Amino acid sequence: MVAVELGQDDDLARAAVVAAAVLDPEIPVITLEDLGVFRGAVRRQGRVIVTLTPTYTGCPATAAIQFAVEAALLKAGLADARVETVLSPPWTTDDITEAGRAKLLAYGIAPPNQSTPHGLFAEDAVACPRCGATTTTKLSEFGSTACKALWRCDACREPFDYFKCHR
Amino acid sequence: MTTTLASTMQAAIFELSLALGDDALVLGHRLTEWSSRAPMLEEDIALSNLGLDLIGQARLFYTYAGEVEGKGRREDDLAYFRDAAAYRNLLIVELEIGDFAHTIARQFLYAAFVHPYFQALAKSGDARLAEIAAKAVKEMAYHLRHASEWMIRLGDGTAESKRRVTSALDDLWGYTDEMFEVMPGERALIAAGNAPDRTAIKPKWAATVDAVLREATLTRPADRGMQSGGRQGRHTEALDHMLAEMQVLARQHPGATW
Repeated sequence: MVAVELGQDDDLARAAVVAAAVLDPEIPVITLEDLGVFRGAVRRQGRVIVTLTPTYTGCPATAAIQFAVEAALLKAGLADARVETVLSPPWTTDDITEAGRAKLLAYGIAPPNQSTPHGLFAEDAVACPRCGATTTTKLSEFGSTACKALWRCDACREPFDYFKCHR
Repeated sequence: MTTTLASTMQAAIFELSLALGDDALVLGHRLTEWSSRAPMLEEDIALSNLGLDLIGQARLFYTYAGEVEGKGRREDDLAYFRDAAAYRNLLIVELEIGDFAHTIARQFLYAAFVHPYFQALAKSGDARLAEIAAKAVKEMAYHLRHASEWMIRLGDGTAESKRRVTSALDDLWGYTDEMFEVMPGERALIAAGNAPDRTAIKPKWAATVDAVLREATLTRPADRGMQSGGRQGRHTEALDHMLAEMQVLARQHPGATW
């Protein structure tokens, strides 16, 4: 949930709502709140500060996300608001909300497992987001982005993205 | 006295952040050289993604180094406007990519060190170093797994893959000791609980290396002719060539945007 008290500071509350609702540029069905990268909004020395956290350190979407939030704040008439990045606590896929997981699934991306086996050659068990079958095969540890792996369903034969567990 | 102590500590934090940033950037850049030419599409994407992680880590270390130094240098200044002699990276990360076996063996030897190193750095008394390490360690766990699996496939694969990975290990082994060399300024950081002691990481590294090599049916090379000098700016010619390519655009068009 957006971490502000409504009714007390209208601009702050609005900034939080606007920033939280910005869509992820690479998975445009989930919001920054769903993804867990929106960390909150505070007022510091009179100025509204929106804080975000990156997913992977090298994720090229980090800058795009910041621009998108700045643009959304500007559009909402909050030209004075500023966006800051925080690293701690580090983002994990556990920060993806239940709503976010449901949206990923509906979009055809298997949501991340809550843990990943750490042993060598250990395989995750991932259900196909299309037909639900659990007989699936990992094709590649890396997919279209750093956060996804490429899998194939052995039942319906469709390839799909798996949002990797990262924690 | 207090001021001197504090400024010595700041200088040491700058040096360490810079060295860690250089390790990550140089290795990250080397990995990107595989883009479009890896032996298979999956590995092409994998190596590029691993490179992105490292470049992301370098940006965090450089940004912090620039802030600690207090001379207004930003990440791009540190990456693009220093010559090889000012780079503080380990020699192992700057060597040419060689064949796929060389790239995998280097990635394995480095990740097996930096993963436990970051685990320890995440407990640093310096909050910023700790939070960067806590973020990076998750990524390096992945790098280590990826490289370890490939070491086993190559070592326990065909006669040709075994020959190549054995040759890669022999070539790289002499560069592994430098990872455990404590830089002069680092001693004060270790004493103050701001940085882990690299020498204490070596047994963990050795255990990982031995376990994977055993499964890969490979033999650990003997320690001889161990190289160092990267932390003092004494680099191989390979770094000059790499930096020339990496820095040319920024130097010919300072401040360029796209």
